[in-house]
Amino acid sequence: MNDRTSMVPNPPTPNRAVDFDPGACNGCNRCVEICRSDVLMPNPEKGQPPIVLYPDECWYCGTCVLECGRPGAITMLHPLNQSVSVVWKRAATGEIYRLGMRDPPPPNTKPPAR
Amino acid sequence: MATWHEHVRRTGTVPEWPYAVRYGEDEIFSTDVLVLGGGIGGAHAAINARRSGARVLVLEKGAAKWSGNGGAGVDHWLSACTNPCSEVTPEDFTTLTLADCGGYDCGPLRYVHAREAYDALLDCESMGMRVRDVTGEFRGAAFRDDETGLMFAYDYRSRIDLRVQGWNVKPCLNKEMLRAGVEVRDRVMVSSLLVEDGPKGRRVTGATGLDTRTGAFVVVTAKATILATGLPGRLWVHSTEYRSTFRDPNCTGDGLAAAWTAGAELVDLDSSAGDGASMAYIAYGVGNAHNTWHGCPIVDSNGTEVPWVDRDGKVLASSEQRFLPSPGQRFMVGSGLRIPPSYDNHVKQLAPDLPERIRRGEIALPLYADLTRLPPLERRAIFGLMVGNEGRTRVPVYQTLTRAGFDPDVDLLQVPVMDPDAYGHASFWAGMPVPHWRQWGTGGLTVDWDLRTSLDGLYAAGGSIYGAGAHSSAAASGRYAGRKAAAAAAKRAHEGAVDRGQVTREKARVYAPIERKGRAMGWKELNAGICKVMQDYCGRYRSQATLERGLSLLRGLRESEASTVYAANPHELARAVECLSLLTVGEAVMHASLARKASSALHDFTRLDYPAVDPPEWRVLLPVRLEDGKVRVGRLPLDWHLSPPNAPTYQENYALHSGLAGAGEEPEG
Repeated sequence: MNDRTSMVPNPPTPNRAVDFDPGACNGCNRCVEICRSDVLMPNPEKGQPPIVLYPDECWYCGTCVLECGRPGAITMLHPLNQSVSVVWKRAATGEIYRLGMRDPPPPNTKPPAR
Repeated sequence: MATWHEHVRRTGTVPEWPYAVRYGEDEIFSTDVLVLGGGIGGAHAAINARRSGARVLVLEKGAAKWSGNGGAGVDHWLSACTNPCSEVTPEDFTTLTLADCGGYDCGPLRYVHAREAYDALLDCESMGMRVRDVTGEFRGAAFRDDETGLMFAYDYRSRIDLRVQGWNVKPCLNKEMLRAGVEVRDRVMVSSLLVEDGPKGRRVTGATGLDTRTGAFVVVTAKATILATGLPGRLWVHSTEYRSTFRDPNCTGDGLAAAWTAGAELVDLDSSAGDGASMAYIAYGVGNAHNTWHGCPIVDSNGTEVPWVDRDGKVLASSEQRFLPSPGQRFMVGSGLRIPPSYDNHVKQLAPDLPERIRRGEIALPLYADLTRLPPLERRAIFGLMVGNEGRTRVPVYQTLTRAGFDPDVDLLQVPVMDPDAYGHASFWAGMPVPHWRQWGTGGLTVDWDLRTSLDGLYAAGGSIYGAGAHSSAAASGRYAGRKAAAAAAKRAHEGAVDRGQVTREKARVYAPIERKGRAMGWKELNAGICKVMQDYCGRYRSQATLERGLSLLRGLRESEASTVYAANPHELARAVECLSLLTVGEAVMHASLARKASSALHDFTRLDYPAVDPPEWRVLLPVRLEDGKVRVGRLPLDWHLSPPNAPTYQENYALHSGLAGAGEEPEG
């Protein structure tokens, strides 16, 4: 708990819109260059992931992920009030899963058709 | 450490604006053809103008590589009537769909769409977009033509709507623009059109713009200008909090506002549509059976399947029938074309009494979209091909859901649990419609058979034109407008001179928000206030009195709150100027709504003071324009495009105007 306690406005909702993996992101800012809404700003520290300045303006188009050359560096995060409604049932077992659950099932690695 | 809050907490400092701030500094360009908006329509326009030999400059608000409503990808290529497998001619398609629109549609745009959509698709294929089943993954599917590899949607018999793999359509178009020598200036929003008045009337000679990152002022003079800034959004509904709308929130009517202010004629602005999806669920990311998911079985919590029915309410015996027209039906029309559903164009649907079945307890919530019940290639077409390529679903839905473990081969995707009335339409992500939340309807610029607007030198493409709609419509009309604008530019010796007075006035207007002192308002609150006025005073129920009150409230906002709107950086400045566009467009919508003294099912509103619905004397288009500060209302017959001075048939007009070799002679003018 080293953070100072300071006067800052409430975080915008949604809080993040996209999440960067600092291990995978090399701070190249290609996503910054193409974001239609300028949600992302270059980090003042070179080589670091962009700053998500305007998550409240994200359109959730996903083109930052498509543009990114480093797989896994950017993850889209829908607002919780939307992701909480993405629920599915495994036909064979009746088990219920949801987007964002704590212990998710293994990923389905099949790529889209193309 | 990715968000602003985390950065501030970690470093204890507020980061400086990362771009050089250049408020008020001029950047001056001149070109043959200026394209405003580098989305789908603008990109096709730019490429085709360039191929016709013109120097071309594109001003794009975002970044042209991925921008525009269609910039995140495309899975349906609609109304491709000239593809080799099509069973419908462009002439039949246009005639029948115009009738379905009650005539309130742009005949030239609809025809150009039907006639050139497939050519535009082949253009995209030549640029690297995949438009057919190259790998053979779908060999043997009912929707695949084995000779061409083309794949079809909705109606496997008439074969006018194609399934394509267009997730990368925009990078392909962008690369082609750059290869062809189109100059693209990203991050510039349109703020006004430059005009000059001459003996032949008003002429557009270019445009001004604002750099959304640096705040620099851009002035472009051009021999011809194409407006391709799309449909205005954020006018009735805007929440930056929970966004689901399918329309790019960066499209705020800046182009239409500039055209209106310059005196261009707009029409059908009184048309609006329900917008239930703005704050509902992730589009195509929850169980549903609409559009991309058309034909998907919907089952209840006990495994009972909701029946699909034909246009007479008869239950369909097999899943194959969901993709075939009824006996005697000419063709089915897919979603996204802005064509109202009719008996003639009816697409197979889930039992429309589903809400009642839920209330009776016959169908038990929650419901599920059960792709496992479809033949494997149909299942793969919906989730792998369409969701995998659609704008705003490849990453947001396909990647997000599969990474989280969803597998359409073994899992059932739940439909949101909602009020039973919300199950009346299979687009279940839209949730419960809120009656006064509207979205832009079919309004836009009037054009002639050259896709030229009422102002000399100004052409239009895509959603900026009234009527029609869809990705392939933007592509086809951009293609056409690009040729026409280039031909017009070739006839002009030089660009017009810049009226410095106009530039000075425009700069004063655009930069006012950075000069505010004292109590001021941020753009988000102003935007929300504008929306509230539109919701309350220009909703589904309107009257002279409420519209006049709404107009006066919008004027009041302009004089009061909007004149205090402030901006802390160029980004906020651009958003503040967008709010001024919204005010202008909102006023134009109110004026257009006042002009139609009748209710209209086709424009989706009731006039409380004129309850007669679409009476014969109001079966007419009502173009509106600004002249010397006054609003002028005209009357245009619905069949204007096939009446003198135009030729009586679609083919003849196309031959006269399309500018294609072999299509006919180019008229002078």
